[in-house]
Amino acid sequence: MRLTQGTFSFLPDLTDEQIKKQVKYCLDNGWAVSLEYTDDPHPRNTYWEMFGHPMFDLKDPAGMMMDLEECRETFPNHYIRLMAFDSTHQWETPRLSFIVNRPPEEPGFHITRQEREGRSVRYTISSYATDKPEGQRY
Amino acid sequence: MAQTIQNDKRYEAGVIPYKKMGYWEPDYQPLDTDIIALFRITPQDGVDPEEAAAAVAGESSTATWTVVWTDRLTACDKYRAKAYRVDQVPGSDNQYFAYIAYDIQLFEPGSIANLTASIIGNVFGFKAISALRLEDMRIPTAYMTTYKGPPTGIVVERERLDKFGRPLLGATTKPKLGLSGRNYGRVVYEALKGGLDFVKDDENINSQPFMHWRDRFLYVMEAVNKASAATGEVKGHYLNVTAATMEDMYERAEFAKDLGSSIVMIDLVIGYTAIQSMSNWARKNDMILHLHRAGHSTYTRQKNHGVSFRVISKWMRMAGVDHIHAGTVVGKLEGDPNQIAGFYDVLREPFNPQNLEHGVFFDQDWAGLNKCMPVASGGIHVGQMHQLLHYLGEDTVLQFGGGTIGHPDGIQAGAIANRVALEAMILARNEGRDYINEGPDILKKAAKDCSPLQHALDTWKDITFDYTSTDTPDFVPSNTPSS
Repeated sequence: MRLTQGTFSFLPDLTDEQIKKQVKYCLDNGWAVSLEYTDDPHPRNTYWEMFGHPMFDLKDPAGMMMDLEECRETFPNHYIRLMAFDSTHQWETPRLSFIVNRPPEEPGFHITRQEREGRSVRYTISSYATDKPEGQRY
Repeated sequence: MAQTIQNDKRYEAGVIPYKKMGYWEPDYQPLDTDIIALFRITPQDGVDPEEAAAAVAGESSTATWTVVWTDRLTACDKYRAKAYRVDQVPGSDNQYFAYIAYDIQLFEPGSIANLTASIIGNVFGFKAISALRLEDMRIPTAYMTTYKGPPTGIVVERERLDKFGRPLLGATTKPKLGLSGRNYGRVVYEALKGGLDFVKDDENINSQPFMHWRDRFLYVMEAVNKASAATGEVKGHYLNVTAATMEDMYERAEFAKDLGSSIVMIDLVIGYTAIQSMSNWARKNDMILHLHRAGHSTYTRQKNHGVSFRVISKWMRMAGVDHIHAGTVVGKLEGDPNQIAGFYDVLREPFNPQNLEHGVFFDQDWAGLNKCMPVASGGIHVGQMHQLLHYLGEDTVLQFGGGTIGHPDGIQAGAIANRVALEAMILARNEGRDYINEGPDILKKAAKDCSPLQHALDTWKDITFDYTSTDTPDFVPSNTPSS
């Protein structure tokens, strides 16, 4: 299974050269880029761990590429996403978010159906990986 | 220039021209708090355009056909709407733009029904004019803030869906009518698993003999959740809760909420009051509210008569919907690129500067109301991806119904083709490429890694809908020689 969260998951994994161009696009727009990682890819797991603060004053995409290298070395088997935050009034939210590292094996998600009255069902989705404790999942 | 009859002569019993009753005030300076309406008036032969404008001002505010002494029991000068400017429409010999100002206290706060009952309530059938169109309105901040606006808005919708930096992808389940609940859910599952973010009920899918609403909701939510587990993404389906009564609509919306749906849908034909009620409900229940503009072309399409969709867009952002269909430019339905750019700006921007080329006649401050997501639906396909991104931008839902479900290799393949094409185009745009001109090459290259995209391009490569638009701007940029 391939996790398809993020803006570019349907394309072949981006090369570092391609990632750098996206970072440049973000910086040209005045957005702050940052890295986040997780081993719990549930679609509603909003708060991935921050790999440092958003780089508010970064000018050169190379700075982000150095951080990315370090993040990948530290968490080679985690999901890592690159995010870009826009502080413009009435945006104040991420404007781009895409996966830049993923585990070699992606076991996918289990769906549990709790049957209720009138044929209605309460659904629970959980990652097979999160059956194991944090740090041992991939 | 003002020809208003003054003093007691004004109230002698009988009939006097609207112009002389105080509805034509060419010296009037609109207040910042006035609501301004811009009408396109086609007077009957022989009717003075200023008199026609005064008649529209009169009949949309205090006047009736004859003088009434009871005006004198009120501060009637304040309550009279004032036509203050009449311009001939460029390139036309019998159409006029009439600017009419209304005092803010003529309107109930936060009520589209009341606003529209005045502005379009009575005047469109008036005998002295042969046709009338409401082109634009300026809503003052003081009145705008009496509306709640979209319950979710573009920013929060994206945060809830965890989808940033690209248009959302959707499709309307086809065929529109006849599928059983079980078969219907199959289409939804295939399209969502393949890569779409949303699937949608069509405007006329309510609760018919072939598929009752509860059955549809249950099967659809199975499809949504199963697709979410298969992809790790948040997925959704606009469950259409349109029904005969508010009680029925609330019942259906509550059931959708109970099943965990993130979005419900209504049709424009339910009426302004029902839309505002459903907006309140959506706000209370953290639900995204999708509006299908069913029926609008009956009054928005013809240039000389009706209400411009630009005005409907304003009213719907004020009334509070999160999504509204607003045109595709390149698809099968009416849509001039400049006009549609104007509609999209009205729905999405915090402030609209006057832009006559786009049909936007007034500066409009949205006073912090949420942004409404325009939806592009109707005869669009993957081969147009670069044009869609160029004309419509990033904050939109692109809905490929036939372009997903009609794919030769199946629905999932259709969805994959759309998503790959979209992501490839965004990647290229962000890299600074001239994607509008290189679009076909970008798609061709992306198709090398994706056979469903190649098959989609082969199937629809030559499909265009090249017809002349009826609703076009009156002002075109001209190359004025510098003096």
